[in-house]
Order: sequence, then C-alpha cells, then structure tokens
Amino acid sequence: MERLRAFGRFWYDFVIGDDWRIAVGVVAALAITYAVSTTSTSAWWVLPAAVAVVLPTSLWLATWRRR
Amino acid sequence: MNTAALALFGAVFLACMVEAVEATTIVLAAGTTRDWRSALRGVGAGLVVLAVIVAALGPALSAVPLRPLRLVVGGLLLIFGLQWLRKAILRASGYKALHDETQIYADEVAAARGADRRSRAGVPDWYAFTISFKGVVLEGLEVAFIALTFGSNQHDIPLAAIAAVAAIVVVTAAAVAVRAPLARVPENTMKFAVGVMLCAFGTFWGAEGAGATWPGSDAALLVLVPAIAVYALSLVAVLRKAQQRRAVASVPTLAEVS
Repeated sequence: MERLRAFGRFWYDFVIGDDWRIAVGVVAALAITYAVSTTSTSAWWVLPAAVAVVLPTSLWLATWRRR
Repeated sequence: MNTAALALFGAVFLACMVEAVEATTIVLAAGTTRDWRSALRGVGAGLVVLAVIVAALGPALSAVPLRPLRLVVGGLLLIFGLQWLRKAILRASGYKALHDETQIYADEVAAARGADRRSRAGVPDWYAFTISFKGVVLEGLEVAFIALTFGSNQHDIPLAAIAAVAAIVVVTAAAVAVRAPLARVPENTMKFAVGVMLCAFGTFWGAEGAGATWPGSDAALLVLVPAIAVYALSLVAVLRKAQQRRAVASVPTLAEVS
C-alpha cells in the first residue's frame, strides 16, 4: 500500500508539480480552445491568454504565501 | 539546420544539461564518499531503464495520430514549462533560493556518510548504487519525455536523442575535469530558457491539437518564443521591485530602533 502511495505521489509530483492550479488552468484552456474551435471564431488566442493569466496568478499566490 | 530543428536541439540540450548537472551532483556524492564502482553501476542501470522507456515509448508515440498527440503532449509540455518558468522567475526575483549544487552536494555527502554499508545482488555498496540509480532515473525521466515529445512532434527523434546525449557528454566531461559539483553552471538561466521553450511549444501544439489554427502556421512560434520570454522577464522585474520594496519596508526606522 505504501509503495502504491509513493508511486502515486511520484506521478503527481512529476505531472502536477508545485502548483496544481497550473495544470487545472491548462486543461481548462485546452477545453475552451476546443469549444471555441468548433465555432466560426478563431481559437488560437485562448492558450496564450491562459499563459498570461495562469503564470502571474501562480507567482502571486507563491509570493503572497511568503509574505 | 532550420529554425524548428534548432529550437528542438536547443530545448532538449538545455533541459538535459540542467537535469544532468543535478544527477551528476548526486552520483559524485555517492561515488566519492561511498564506492565508485557501485555508484557507476547505479548510473549504468539508470541509463538502461531510461533507454528502455525511450525505446518503448518512441515508436509508440510515432504511431499515435498527430492531432491527439499534439493535444496531450502540448498540454503536458505547457504544464511542465509553466512550472519550470514559475520556479526560475521566483529564483531570479529573490523569492526562492537559487539552486545551490554545492549545498546539495554537502547534504548528499552527509546522508551518504551516515548510511549503513551493505552488499546486495553482487553490488558492493547497495546505498551508493540505489542513490545513483534513483538520481539518474528521476532526473532523466523528464528529459526523456521532453526529448521524445519534441522529437515525435517534429518528426526528428534522432536529433532529439543527439541533443540529449551531447548534453550528458558535456556535463560528464566537465564533472570528470573538475571532480566537484558543477556549481558554476548558470542553472537558473538555463531553466528559464527551457521554461520559455516548453511554454511556447506547449502552447503551439496544445492549441493545434485542440483544433485551433495559428495565423502564419509554424511562423507563429517565432512570435510565441520571444513574447513569452519578454513576458516572463517583465514578471521577474515586477517581482524584484516588490521584493526590494518589502526589504526597505522591513528595515526598522531610527525612531523604531530607539
């Protein structure tokens, strides 16, 4: 059981890393890109916009915790 | 070599170099304080495991249709890239301590000195073997993923493999030459550059995989890479200023001291 937990922890650390919100933000942005791409509007801007929001938000949360 | 191939080589080479420096520190600590033979066997076993993973996943990735591959790989690269960039920005702005290979080496040496010496499975020192093995596999896994996904998306896994091997050779040669942890490698700068590349390629492939079409097609990467770099540098500048303001505010005034 402990090995299974360690295995799960390793993959969580490997994929999700220090801030789970980044992974959630990226997955949500990919879903929005897909949804927008099915309409007549161009969808390329969604991921750059997500990067512009997710990165400073994660940084702000990290530095806010250190204050 | 065209721009995409150059970017592929650069991203894999830098990512591999960063992880190779970290693995080398662990192996050096295990080898010098415990037993070089066991430590090097651990390195060999770790490289074999990584080679098996690459050999198994490489052809499998090539068989996956391009659009779902780009969706999954783009998403993962973007997550990795944002994590690398986040860490590099926090270090560059003074909110997180810089990666100190000398300190990590000292910690590893202290832990190695305190561990029992046991022989197992024909290996003279099991501790030196497992520490080296874990160091190589754990540090190498992310690089193997980056090399494979960059290589398969650009249809050039051999070039990605050459970049990875070249980085390992450079770091190993440097470590053998100085026989000490590679403390002078600008690890944070390299991590920053790789973070930018991973974010740019992750954004590009992720969006394509999700059904978007980039204006200018592949040329969009030539805008994405510098745009993300400038954006990340501006975040470093903003955080540095905030850190300085905090430092000034925390210095007690004369009235407070008296």
